[in-house]
Amino acid sequence: MDKLFILLLLPVVSSVVLLFVKNIKGAKWFALVASFIVLALTLPFLFSFNPTAEVQFEQSWQWISSLNINFHIGVDGISLPLVLLTNALTPLIILSTFGKNYSRHLYSLILLMQMGLLLVFVALDAFTFYVGWELALIPIYFICALWGDGDRIRINLKFFIYTFFGSIFMLVAIIFLAQQTPENSFEWASFTALNLSSPVQGWLFWAFFLAFAIKIPIFPFHTWQPATYTHAPTPGTMLLAGIMLKMGTFALIRWLIPIVPAGVTAYGHLALLLSVIGLVYASIIAFKQHNAKKVIAYSSIAHVGLISAGIFSWNQAGIQGAIFQMISHGLSVVGLFFIIDIIQRRTGSIELADLGGLASAMPKLAIAFLVLVMAAVGLPLTSSFVGEFLLLKGVYTENVWFAVFAGLTIIFSAVYMLRLFQKCMLGSVNPKWAHVEDIKGFETVVLIVVVFFVVYLGILPGGILNISEASVANLLEQVSF
Amino acid sequence: MNDLIWLVPLIPLVGFILNGFGRNIFSKSLINLIACGSVFISFVLSCIAFGEVWAARSAGAEGIFHFHFFDWIHVGDLKISFSFLLDPLSSIMLLIVTGIGFLIHVYSIGYMSKDPGYGKFFSYLNLFIFFMLLLVLGSNYLIMFIGWEGVGLCSYLLIGFWYKNNSFSSAGKKAFVMNRIGDLGFLLAAFFIIGTFGSLEYNEVFNQAAGLSLGGDTLLIITVLLFVAATGKSAQIPLFTWLPDAMAGPTPVSALIHAATMVTAGIYMIARSNILFVLSPVTMNIIATIGVCTAFIAAFIALTQNDIKKVLAYSTVSQLGYMFLGLGVGAFTGAFFHVLTHAFFKALLFLGAGSVIYALSDEQDMRAMGGLKKKLPITFVTMLIATIAISGLPPLSGFFSKDEILLHTFTDSPILWGVGMLTALFTAFYMFRLLFMTFYGKYRGTEEQEANIKESPKVMTVPLIILAILSAAGGFLNLPEMWGGGFLANFLAPVFADANQIRPVAEFTHSTEIILMVVSTVAALVMALYAYRRYAAQEGNIALSENKEQNFLQKLSYRKLYVDELYGAVIVNPLKSSSRFLYKVVDKLGIDGIVQGAGRMIIGSGRGLRQLQSGYLTFYVFMMVLGAVFVLIYGFFGN
Repeated sequence: MDKLFILLLLPVVSSVVLLFVKNIKGAKWFALVASFIVLALTLPFLFSFNPTAEVQFEQSWQWISSLNINFHIGVDGISLPLVLLTNALTPLIILSTFGKNYSRHLYSLILLMQMGLLLVFVALDAFTFYVGWELALIPIYFICALWGDGDRIRINLKFFIYTFFGSIFMLVAIIFLAQQTPENSFEWASFTALNLSSPVQGWLFWAFFLAFAIKIPIFPFHTWQPATYTHAPTPGTMLLAGIMLKMGTFALIRWLIPIVPAGVTAYGHLALLLSVIGLVYASIIAFKQHNAKKVIAYSSIAHVGLISAGIFSWNQAGIQGAIFQMISHGLSVVGLFFIIDIIQRRTGSIELADLGGLASAMPKLAIAFLVLVMAAVGLPLTSSFVGEFLLLKGVYTENVWFAVFAGLTIIFSAVYMLRLFQKCMLGSVNPKWAHVEDIKGFETVVLIVVVFFVVYLGILPGGILNISEASVANLLEQVSF
Repeated sequence: MNDLIWLVPLIPLVGFILNGFGRNIFSKSLINLIACGSVFISFVLSCIAFGEVWAARSAGAEGIFHFHFFDWIHVGDLKISFSFLLDPLSSIMLLIVTGIGFLIHVYSIGYMSKDPGYGKFFSYLNLFIFFMLLLVLGSNYLIMFIGWEGVGLCSYLLIGFWYKNNSFSSAGKKAFVMNRIGDLGFLLAAFFIIGTFGSLEYNEVFNQAAGLSLGGDTLLIITVLLFVAATGKSAQIPLFTWLPDAMAGPTPVSALIHAATMVTAGIYMIARSNILFVLSPVTMNIIATIGVCTAFIAAFIALTQNDIKKVLAYSTVSQLGYMFLGLGVGAFTGAFFHVLTHAFFKALLFLGAGSVIYALSDEQDMRAMGGLKKKLPITFVTMLIATIAISGLPPLSGFFSKDEILLHTFTDSPILWGVGMLTALFTAFYMFRLLFMTFYGKYRGTEEQEANIKESPKVMTVPLIILAILSAAGGFLNLPEMWGGGFLANFLAPVFADANQIRPVAEFTHSTEIILMVVSTVAALVMALYAYRRYAAQEGNIALSENKEQNFLQKLSYRKLYVDELYGAVIVNPLKSSSRFLYKVVDKLGIDGIVQGAGRMIIGSGRGLRQLQSGYLTFYVFMMVLGAVFVLIYGFFGN
């Protein structure tokens, strides 16, 4: 049973092969097919997964034996949804690029990144995890720097340094932890078995938190994000917002909280507070943004603020809600960025002042956009409602007042998302855009898939919730404070 | 039949999907067939469902049926099922929603016939019916919440139906956002309910609540939050300003969503949760006070409005206020009775106004109307009936329902009764003013326009006639006890049984009741006569006299008490400014400034900076080397 490893290997192999595919069209199709095969190979995991707390499909090899580092991977109910998310979004993201002629290297980088992301989610050894964490950063840096627009070099430099800066603290923490274990192991299991003193857990908390908080990003470590999202090419933005930020929220659940529960006892409330502040803060900023991508960028900070808040409330509803919402947000944000990309390709602008009245020329786009706007505001029967309901319920259980403030998101998101929709699609028709073409071909396919799953998960969330239930319950039992 | 209850909401949903996909392909008659047919089937099924509840009630049972379909959200010990509750309360609501809904669908065939968005319009209407039925049928607060938010979505879509007009889409946005403020209250209430009772299912919550003591803090919080939700959906102070703006939508929408059904959802929800509310007397007082104040100020504003739909919109806000007053004084049956009669006569008034607007090619200003009595005879007669009904003149429906609320208010608090009474006077005045300005006197448009005015087609007038009959006779569904008592009160008894035990319905003598009736009838008649003298007797100068803003009170009324301006100055503009401030100053200069500064400090010298800018690849390699060095160093320490 080398299946999980093959899942990791296949994107890398495809990525390397792509370097030798000379024409762009071939590269596109090759990447699409490869990512579909990876998705197809993910489905057996989904169907044969036994919804218990057990880690399944586990594999482990000695990697650097002198340092006692193992390449240890496996899937449980917390990581499986994210593996699924990564492998489902990758083909969608690749398909969404079909309207533009990026070079074949883009596809190579996307697939390489997919492997890094997967490694983060399936790693059960801290070193393996760290490798995946950094591996995912390199392709996205190149994607954003090579195909971005505006002041892309400077913006990406900041993004790179900032996230790397956070990672270094994490690396220090990981190495420190390995030294504390009896056999100098990097295993997740030996880290969580440690019984460190509270002050030590305190600084470890901040070391990990910084790395994850920058990646997510949690207020006030978010300032790299709006510019990076805005100036990245759309597939880059999709990778960042759709999947990569979930590395951070996932890592909170997998690594931070189980390893330093005493640190969380001491500082978890502060982290929860920062998450909630960030949510309100970013929502308010989103009110008056003039650039469509920036509206989504800030709204994304708000949404992940709620996800982090749910995680730090550390109860069944909060964590399951967080996992569910990671999927849901991934789907809807990819859809939204794609819609904005389509608008940009048709009109040449995503400045809200230039747009308006597009619904009459693009009625199909308007429908998809509306559904995703409703998902972003958390309307029931979209997947986000289930996620937000559970997250807010989790926060409520932890602290009523935090829930009240976090709950403002349902009002604020309506304000900025409906404004975005109105400024783009409604109002009098600008004669310049009176005859732009509605969505067609692959665009329709991508949007139908996204819209379908947003609604499907809103009506039948049971599948995903069922996968994570036992693992989360077990984790809560193991780590309580 | 009971096994088919799920079809009641599902069929309109199928109608929505079919017409949604076929909106540009299907012929108009096919669209009509799908849209009206689906609601009609739903109506027939609702009738059957009602019949079963009726049969059970007649046999002495409670007539409460529960249908479980699947578990929707199941996390740990939190389990929310997708299930329906059919009981006397929901069965009547089913009839209102599908029955009046069907009439308005039919009416829309005529009203929207020339609109290019015909198919889209009908698909939205069907979607609305679907969500409204979910709201009504849900057996727990979260299923109700699906409907609650879903009807909000439809309201948004239909208010901004003519989306090319920016102010219309803004009105839709305003409605959605203000409703969302209420919805936060709903969600928080749901969390408190889960926290207290461990469930959101009505039967579990209410059974446990019946054992709680009067006036507990938790119940106070829960009920206040639920009431906040109701103020959003049902347009009460302080969240009422969206409803008048909602008139931007096509008139059938105003009739269906913003008069007969959706806006009564708040009353339905509170009536449904009656046991929680009677256990919290403080909330009851708040509801009664807010209700009567809303009723009063909305009626005050309606006195001077010249847009026919605006008058009706404020009238709706005002009538909803009455319903809350009824709830607040514990007259649950009375409040619900008013929901029912109001659905008849207000739907009729809006459709009648729509018929006038249709005849006058989209003219809504009453100053440009007048003398339409002869030209639009059916519209006139039906609107006359509705006006009499809403003004509370016997024996039409509004008389009985309003009387029941005011009677209970009187026994509860004469002051509230006084305000309610004053509001009733205003109501009679502004409604007859509307009637006289529209249908009496001389036509105030051009002769050319006058020649083109003709009565609306049958597809519009038949619904008017049916609603007129209901408005006239609806009151007999719940006669005062002294005249034989009410069918409705008996029918609904199991729903309000526990609440009435905790808070017994006040006693009053028949003489009090008769005196109050006479007082209100005479007063309403006087106001009607006053309106007649002012608007019908003097020919021609109405336009002039209504154009002048004479005194302070009139101006206050005409300017809608400046509430929108107040909200703009106190809430909206500060939020906008803080958005800019947070973005430009705090985020860019403050937080990012620190990040950039720290970055510069770490990276250090200008030389380093220059290297960074010379090429990302160099820097990247540099960082990788740095990383490798780090790993090595710590690797050594590790061993």
